[in-house]
Amino acid sequence: MRWVNRHVRRNNSILLGALPILLLVLLYLFLAAQRHAANPMDKILPLPSSMAQGMLALMFQADQLSGQFVFWVDTMASLQRLGLGLGIATLTALVVGLVLGVLPPVRATFGPLVTGIAVIPPIALLPILFIALGLGETAKVALIVIGIAPVMVRDIAAHVAALPAEQIIKAQTLGASSWQIMIRVALPQAMPRLIQTVRLSLGPAWVFLISAEAIASDIGLGYRIFLVRRYLSMDVIIPYVAWIALLAIIMDVALNRLSKRAFPWAHGANH
Amino acid sequence: MSAIPAPILSLQNVWVEYGEKIVLEKVDLDIEAGSFVSIIGPSGAGKSSLLRIILGQECPTRGSIMLDGVPLAPECGPDRGVVFQRYSVFPHLSALDNTVFGLECQQAPLTARLFGSARRAATEEATQMLKAVGLGDSLHQYPAQLSGGMQQRLAIAQALIKRPRILLLDEPFGALDPGIRADMHLLIKQLWRDYALTIIMVTHDIREAFSLGTRVLALDKRRHDPHAPHRFGATAVYDLTLRKDAEPEPETSKESA
Repeated sequence: MRWVNRHVRRNNSILLGALPILLLVLLYLFLAAQRHAANPMDKILPLPSSMAQGMLALMFQADQLSGQFVFWVDTMASLQRLGLGLGIATLTALVVGLVLGVLPPVRATFGPLVTGIAVIPPIALLPILFIALGLGETAKVALIVIGIAPVMVRDIAAHVAALPAEQIIKAQTLGASSWQIMIRVALPQAMPRLIQTVRLSLGPAWVFLISAEAIASDIGLGYRIFLVRRYLSMDVIIPYVAWIALLAIIMDVALNRLSKRAFPWAHGANH
Repeated sequence: MSAIPAPILSLQNVWVEYGEKIVLEKVDLDIEAGSFVSIIGPSGAGKSSLLRIILGQECPTRGSIMLDGVPLAPECGPDRGVVFQRYSVFPHLSALDNTVFGLECQQAPLTARLFGSARRAATEEATQMLKAVGLGDSLHQYPAQLSGGMQQRLAIAQALIKRPRILLLDEPFGALDPGIRADMHLLIKQLWRDYALTIIMVTHDIREAFSLGTRVLALDKRRHDPHAPHRFGATAVYDLTLRKDAEPEPETSKESA
């Protein structure tokens, strides 16, 4: 049987998907155990026990200086920045993308500007943001927005512009104005795409968040990772990275569920 | 019917050119209210271009188009309904919402949504219309759940709820299989009679053109220049008015058996 025809059943596919992850974990444990056999004080590949120890301290013991539970405060700060950045970018993408996609004169006027902004590497703008907006929260959120919004805008605009011309004509023969076409024809059909665009932008959004936090911050997941790097604290860095990955996966799955529940018509024929 | 009714649609000396290429030349056409005009012709003879300029999707390069004696605005409007071969319905709306949409646009300019008693009235009207096209049992299904024929029924209901002066059909049954197509012929003929519609239909199927139409227009080029074939456009080379019996029996699906 050809490999293209070998379909995997659901139970088996979970098993198969877990296999490489499990192998990587085993490989890590093997290497860590080996290093610790040679040097019990090794910090580069910490054993799970020392990771747990390090994390428990951050999670459940108040910091002596600030009196805060560092892990949770870091998480909340980062999630707040990420949420604000994603929210503003998503709203911008929806409104601007919709207008650009539906109205040809607006597309002709502002399309090149959006394209121009989109090709600027956002990190190159970071110094400008810090100078203009200071080192506070605004600059970090702004970096996320500037980093992901242009791509999202272009994606939504392209998706809306690619709606079949027949639909737009049909709507006009039903008496719809430009505004009505925008809110009743283009907007609902842009929504599932918007969710997919947010999902794809989660990765870059995290990159910009961690970058901003690494450069100028006093709290946050990215800040902590770059802080403890000075002490080679791999027992904190690795769990933090795993935690970030877990958060990102949860967001991705939640968005996908939301899209399937809210827009069943966009996900295949059977609702 | 009166003896010589004023034409509902009148094209005078209409030319359609795309740059150097002349698609339609000197089309003069009067269409009477209540007629069912089939437009046939080889590919590239400008059938769809003619439909598009009547629809308002495109403007003629020269000439004038009058609807009820008034020059046509250069964009689509609710006085001309249309059913395309595909993509005529909105995939994100149920059959009922697809049909109610036309009423909502008219009655709620800002929100394009109706509430309360206005919504109930519109829903009632749309339900009647969907029953008339045979979709009474599929009110709450999305287009993706409907077969090709049902989607075209929906597109027709959607257009008819606006009571357009003219209904334009662009190869509406081209993508359907023969049995379904025969059903659709019965339906469109019945709707044409019940709602006293004026229909202009572009089709590739000559049999369909003659069995449905009260008038058949054949578009083709009158002249042909072998060195510059694009410099002559097509026009109506045949214009046949078909005598129909008082109550013609619509053709049923004999050959599909």
